[in-house]
Amino acid sequence: MKSLNGCLALWRKELTVYFATPIFYITGFFFLVLAGYFFYTNVLYYSIISLQAAQQASNPQVAAQLNPTQMVYRPLFAVLAIVLLFLVPLLTMRLLAEEKRSGTAELLFTYPISDWAVILGKFLAALLVYLIFLAFTASYSLALTLVTRLDWGAIGAGYLGLILLGASALALGLFASSLTENQIVAGVVGFALLLLFWIIGWVQELGGGGLGKAFQYLSLLDHYDNFTKGVIDTRDLVYCLSFIFFFLFLTKRQLESRRWRA
Amino acid sequence: MAIMIETQDLTKYYGPTLAIDRLNFEVAAGEIVGFLGPNGAGKTTTLKVLAGFLSPTAGTARINGFDVVNESLKVRASLGYLPENVSLYPDLTVTQLLEFAARAKGVEAKQEKSEIQRVTEACGLEEVRRTMVAALSKGYRQRLGLAQALLNQPPLLILDEPTIGLDPSQIVEIRTLIKNLEGSHTVVLSSHILPEVSQLCHRVIIINRGQIVASDTPENLSRQHGHGSRVMLAVRGPEAKVAATLQAVAGVAQVVPQGDGRFLVQAGGDQELRPQLARTVVDQGWELLELKVHEFSLEDVFLNLVTEEES
Repeated sequence: MKSLNGCLALWRKELTVYFATPIFYITGFFFLVLAGYFFYTNVLYYSIISLQAAQQASNPQVAAQLNPTQMVYRPLFAVLAIVLLFLVPLLTMRLLAEEKRSGTAELLFTYPISDWAVILGKFLAALLVYLIFLAFTASYSLALTLVTRLDWGAIGAGYLGLILLGASALALGLFASSLTENQIVAGVVGFALLLLFWIIGWVQELGGGGLGKAFQYLSLLDHYDNFTKGVIDTRDLVYCLSFIFFFLFLTKRQLESRRWRA
Repeated sequence: MAIMIETQDLTKYYGPTLAIDRLNFEVAAGEIVGFLGPNGAGKTTTLKVLAGFLSPTAGTARINGFDVVNESLKVRASLGYLPENVSLYPDLTVTQLLEFAARAKGVEAKQEKSEIQRVTEACGLEEVRRTMVAALSKGYRQRLGLAQALLNQPPLLILDEPTIGLDPSQIVEIRTLIKNLEGSHTVVLSSHILPEVSQLCHRVIIINRGQIVASDTPENLSRQHGHGSRVMLAVRGPEAKVAATLQAVAGVAQVVPQGDGRFLVQAGGDQELRPQLARTVVDQGWELLELKVHEFSLEDVFLNLVTEEES
């Protein structure tokens, strides 16, 4: 109960800081501009293609491909994942690095809050900020339902993928922030690590065997791809949740070592 | 009396550098204890270890009966800590910061408002409640640091240089505030302002190069480490002759004329010089205007101890 209170206290403090500083507004603005742009062009492209298909004698195979999930949402989810790659390190780089640089860590770590409560409070605050960004994109789908029928199941799976991917990236970013006192370094390290987990699956395409398969399993992108197809596989869920836990655990270890090395 | 702090061979290395070396001391509940020492002596390191921010390399420390390493959360729940040059979140307002600190320290939701009100008043922060921490003056920041330490009424307060950077009237206020905590709280503070320590503290622990060189009440320290007693005399008579006569009294090591017929007489040992000096002056037919023991100040003791160590 006590550690829940500590976690909650930190969560509220982090949100207050997010809303008081420009980083939230700037990243949110550009995320939504990009997401809106891609959504709009996808819809435009989809409407042109379907118009053409309707004019020509319809080929049943082409018609089957012509649905908003395939034409609008899959490409949108794919591109949002890339936007995320840039966005998440900006949200997380401050979280622990700034506490160390400014010296506020000295107060924070002498309050009766466990390291886990600190980590979870910060992680959940960043997650909420990310969810707020995503929630704005839901308005696009609502607008689209006015003109066409949507497969809500597939879209839901895509969003679940986007949430899990974002949470994984945030956990990794938080870990990067625990490594250094410098926000910029934390941002760069976070970005580089994310990129690594992004492209690690490509090794398999160069001819992999067992090792290639293992690398592919480690790739964030591979697991995310299933969600965008509308498929929720427990293997992907387990992967994302273990990824999040693993990096939060590394962050915890990193915080513990501070007390000894200092 | 209950023991609030107890350390055994407390040692801390920063890499290869020894910061504190086998410290053994106890602090009783309700005591106000001052840590005194030159810069780099290990005061801040000691306080950081006690506050649970750093782990000791060797040795143990127990606070309120809890071990600082194994029962860190319980230790941290029993103390309020004001770090040296306190850093506070610049993007929060004073009230937001105190709300965060209150929740983090486990103040019950029902008492949160009244507890924040209490420390705000105690530290004179009413005027800046809505000000961003980034915009606070050094004095207000220091008071805010003290306010957050007082939240939830912890039995132990650890204050690292509590009056640093304050103007004289603020210093007096903060000292009064600390003095008022006497009895209800145990206070451990560090300072290099010596009169502050002698005014506030029941006991002084002097550290130099990571080791305790003395630990006693300010009065005892003056007596024991003052190197002989000193007497101040005021005599109406021919100055040079008086000085020479006083110098001739048995046991006098040195006579320093202070002008206006005042003389500072330094004894060679611990013997009582006053009766002999009074008799000598009266026998000479001079008028004895004043005769008193001149206490060694803590500055003298401190300098003596630290230079003794070094020589």
